[in-house]
This record gives sequence, structure tokens and C-alpha cells, in this order.
Amino acid sequence: MKLYNPPSPLETKVISKRFGVENSWRLDTYLATGGFEAFKKVMEWTPDQIIDEVKASSLRGRGGAGFPTGLKWSFVPKNVEGPKYIVVNADESEPGTCKDRLLIEHDPYQMIEGILIAAKAVGATKGWVYIRGEYRYLIDHFDSVLKEAYQRGYLGKNIAGTGFDFDLYSQTGAGAYECGEESALLESLEGKRGVPRIRPPFPAVSGAFQAPTVLNNVETFSTVPEIIRGGGKWYADLGTPKNGGTRMVCLAGHVNKPGVYEVPLGMNMMYFINEIGGGMWKGKKMKATIPGGSSCPILRADECDIPMDYDSMAKAGTMLGSGGMMVMDEDTDMVKIALRIMRFYKHESCGWCIPCREGTTWLQKMLARIVDGNGAMRDVDMVGELAKSMLGRTFCPLGDAAAMPTISIVEKFRPEFEAYVARNPFASSELVQVG
Amino acid sequence: MTFSPELEARFADLLTHYPPGRQRGALIPMLMYAQDEVGAVTPDLMEELAKRLGISVLQVDEVVGYYSMLHKKPQGKYHIQICTNVACMLRGGAELYEHACKKLGVGHKQTQASGKFSLEEVECIGACSWAPAIQVNYDFHHEVTVSQLDQVLEGLQ
Ligand SMILES: Cc1cc2nc3c(=O)[nH]c(=O)nc-3n(C[C@H](O)[C@H](O)[C@H](O)COP(=O)(O)O)c2cc1C
Ligand code: SF4
Ligand code: FES
Repeated sequence: MKLYNPPSPLETKVISKRFGVENSWRLDTYLATGGFEAFKKVMEWTPDQIIDEVKASSLRGRGGAGFPTGLKWSFVPKNVEGPKYIVVNADESEPGTCKDRLLIEHDPYQMIEGILIAAKAVGATKGWVYIRGEYRYLIDHFDSVLKEAYQRGYLGKNIAGTGFDFDLYSQTGAGAYECGEESALLESLEGKRGVPRIRPPFPAVSGAFQAPTVLNNVETFSTVPEIIRGGGKWYADLGTPKNGGTRMVCLAGHVNKPGVYEVPLGMNMMYFINEIGGGMWKGKKMKATIPGGSSCPILRADECDIPMDYDSMAKAGTMLGSGGMMVMDEDTDMVKIALRIMRFYKHESCGWCIPCREGTTWLQKMLARIVDGNGAMRDVDMVGELAKSMLGRTFCPLGDAAAMPTISIVEKFRPEFEAYVARNPFASSELVQVG
Repeated sequence: MTFSPELEARFADLLTHYPPGRQRGALIPMLMYAQDEVGAVTPDLMEELAKRLGISVLQVDEVVGYYSMLHKKPQGKYHIQICTNVACMLRGGAELYEHACKKLGVGHKQTQASGKFSLEEVECIGACSWAPAIQVNYDFHHEVTVSQLDQVLEGLQ
């Protein structure tokens, strides 16, 4: 498997260390480099021991919300009748994000081992890896890996002679961002439209096919074997307190060396962009950065000198989200960025609840009006207000995901919106009053 | 309706993936793989899958309507998908898309009369760090320039 971008010597490679190694995705390569040691280790452990080790690592979900993984696993009820399942979220549709495909491409066994450890921790017997439909090449690749794993006894009955049984399948999506949302994904897995479920119950109690389910992101599962091998404390110490370990960050936009890089949590963001990302392209200055996928509030250049970890990002009013970092230079038209982001959410809104369906539709219309030169000052205010009024009033977080970047872009780059309006000869203040 | 033996084998395998009585889970994969063989989600295909899974045609239809990759009309032999979402937009994705519109003489979700090319402006396809990105059918092309796009299109017969 070829690498899409060269690695950087400044990375801390914990889960990407096999990237670029010849045949990195084959079982023999994995076994020769410590593969399945962690799985064999936990076979001697109690479920609580596994969960405690993951808790000690302070691993937080890499799919977007950053929920503590060990805690999530501990919510799966013990001593209940019936099957339990594992679901892997490989929908990877948050704009800016392109890391999960690399983990499955280069090191699928690492993810499989993580899944098996989770299965042991909660008593699950079956699992699905839900991969977005656009990644057909990846589904085919993963299917061939599954075939090898079954043939060699690393999936199915009596895995690696341990007496542990587990079945794993790939499941294709069919084009829907909303199916990355956990409960919509579970609906899709059942052969339905990707309309989210009301919660509680959460998937840990009632998930896939209404059975208790652990649902995590590809990167989250892929991290688990190294945590067990090195110990939770070792992993936690790679990052900052409460923000354990490393993350895959997908750097994109106006930088010299865009690419996916693995860095410790807490690395300074400007250091990351300048030293690993090669700095701004064409000698330009930075205007803004979206730090973790298009659902995250934007940061002005002067706000980017902060550590990249969940808590520091929260303090700066934004999120690390899914690790999709998009850097914009001084020439970027922020009004057009806001419109492009809203077009996406309008397209992807599942239409189930009114604040999101109508909100994204009207926000797109108003932003388009401004960009087309027909906007009035009132539109700029309304965009901000309408977006704010969506917050917390939608059935699933997609509504917030549409509102948050919009609010921040209008607040932080208002003069650019006003400049568009000023170019509209019909947008005089009197007319605004009358209209 | 008859399918190739490979597709039938795939269906048979898929149906073993779900808990007893929950075979409807196979619907979306079956639609995706069958669409590749049939060329589109035809009324016959919907009826056939509904029958096999013991659900109504309407239940299949509402699923087909939800997912952007499922299409009831055939696409071109080469379906050109150009991402214009933020990361690609920052590196020329919109210009690529405009160029493709002119060059192919079709717009969003349109197919040439000859049936050779169809075009779609798509949302993020998960190649943001190697933007701008396009897909031709299921194949990815990364860091595409206008002249590379020309080359890709001209290389397709
Ligand atoms: C609209 C929407 C889209 C999402 N898309 C993804 C996705 O593509 N991949 C993903 O792992 N999580 C996605 N999430 C987050 C999931 O709902 C869920 O929190 C996550 O998969 C849990 O795994 P983690 O705890 O390992 O992060 C999305 C959430 C929302 C609201
Ligand atoms: S917030 Fe949007 S995507 Fe979520 S349920 Fe409501 S309409 Fe659907
Ligand atoms: S924005 Fe184009 S691939 Fe992600």
C-alpha cells in the first residue's frame, strides 16, 4: 500500500507505525511486529481489568464527540441474556477527515485486534465495520483481510487457540453523512433510512438490532492494542493530563505539506502547522483554521497558538472533533466558506426535525443571497441569529454541527459579510427598514 | 430477475451476517452490489430484493430515496465525481468542477447522450489532505490539476 503523503520525523508513531512497511496489512507482518500479543494478554484478564486499563489510558473517542472510551464500555450491562455486538464507525464523512481509511488500508489487523479486545471486555460475539460506500476499494481490501483472518483462525471459532469466538463483517454504506451519527448508523445497519433514534436508551444498552452494543470509531479501536501492550499509564503519558495519547490529524488546505500525521495530544497547533505541515503555502499569512472537521467553530489565526487537546480546544470555544484540520490563507473568502459549509449540511440533513431541515435550508438561501450580491445587513444578523436558535433544538447533533461553524464565522469575520452587502446597491438602510 | 453467480454467492453470504430474522440488514449492501451489476436500481430490482427479504417494495423504495449513491437511472460508463467541499475548494476543487462541466458538456448529475460520461459535484470523499480529489466510478485520484483531469478523461475509452 502506498503512502499518500510522506511521514514527518516529528510524528509520534504509535498506531501508524506500520504505515509504509511492506505488506503492512498482512497477518504475518502484523504477527511479526507484536500483533495479537495484547489480545492473548487480555484473555487472562477479567472484563473489568480491560476496562480499567482503557480508562487509565484516558483514551477518548476519535470519531468526533471525544467521549471517554473506557467509560463507554463500562455502560454495557453485564449478566444480561442474549447477544452483544461491536460496531465500528468507518463512515468517515466529516469534511476534512481522511484518517480512518489509512488505518484500515495499512493496518487492518490492529483495528481487528482492538475490536476483539473490546469484545472480550463486554462479552460481544459479533461485529460489523460500517464503511462509507464511496470507499469501495477499501471495503474490497478489508473483505480480503477478513478472508485471510478467518482462514488463519484469527476470526471465527477458537481465535488463535484461545477458545474465544468472534465474527466480524464489513457493511457498506450508500452515501449519507448522517449515517456517521451513531444511531442513524445503527438504523442503516438494519436496512433502513439513516434517521437517528431517540436516546436514551444509548447503544451500550440498545444498539445494533436492539442488543447492547459498543460503537466506536476506527481510530479508537485501532489504539486499544497498543494501550494493552504498553499499559494505560504509558499511553496516557504520551499526551497531556486527561487527554491521553496520540491522534491522527488530517492537515489540509493552504499549507506546504498537507497530509495525515500522528501527533501527541497537547502539541501546539502552530508548531504542528509550521513544522510538520511545512507552514503556509506561497509565503502567505494564515487567516483562519477549522481545527477538527467542518462541524467545529473556526479559529482566527491569532487564536491558533494553543495546545491541540480536547480541553484546550474547548477553552478556545472549539473542538478537536474528528481531527480534520483545514488551514486558510489571507486570501480566503470567508463568506464563501460559510456558504459552502452550509450547502453541505443542507444536503446532508436527514429532514427528520424542523429546526435542522428548515434552518439549514434558510441559512443556505440567506448566505447565497449575500454571496450573490443581493444581501442586506439584516441578512447578516439573521444568519447569526437563526444559527443560534438551532443550537440544542435539534433531534441529533447535525443541527448543532451546521450552526456552530456558521455562528463563529459570522462573528469573527463579520466585516467580510458587510463588504458583500455594501457592494449591493439596493441594500440601503432605508430599504432594509421598509423590507 | 437473475443475477450473476458471483452476485448470488455474495447475497447468500450477506444473509448470514445478521441475527436470525433480521436479514433486512442486508438490504443496503444488496442494493449497492446489485446496482453495480444491473446499472441502476430498477423497479424489477426493488421488487426482487423486497421479495427476497420479505419486506414491501415501498420499504425498499424509501431506502433507495434516502441514500445518495443509490440511483434509479443509469449513470455514464464513467461517473466523474468532483469534490468541492472545503478542503478541496481551498485547493481548486470548484475550478476542476467547472472545467469538467465545460469539457463534458453536462452539469451536476447529468449524463452525456452517448452514455460515456456522467458528472456529479460531490461532498467530501475523505481525501482532504490530498485535495483536490475526484473519483471516477470507485477509483480515487488525488491532488488533481486541471491538466491531469484532462488526461484522466482523455485516457478513458
Ligand atoms: C452528523 C454526525 C456525523 C458523524 N460522523 C461520524 C463519522 O463519520 N465517523 C465517526 O467515527 N463518528 C462520527 N460521528 C460521531 C458518532 O456519532 C459517534 O459519536 C462516534 O462514532 C463514537 O465513536 P468514538 O467514541 O470512538 O468517537 C458523527 C456524529 C454526527 C452527529
Ligand atoms: S438534526 Fe438534522 S440530521 Fe439530525 S435528526 Fe434532525 S433533521 Fe435529521
Ligand atoms: S473536502 Fe474534498 S475530499 Fe474532503
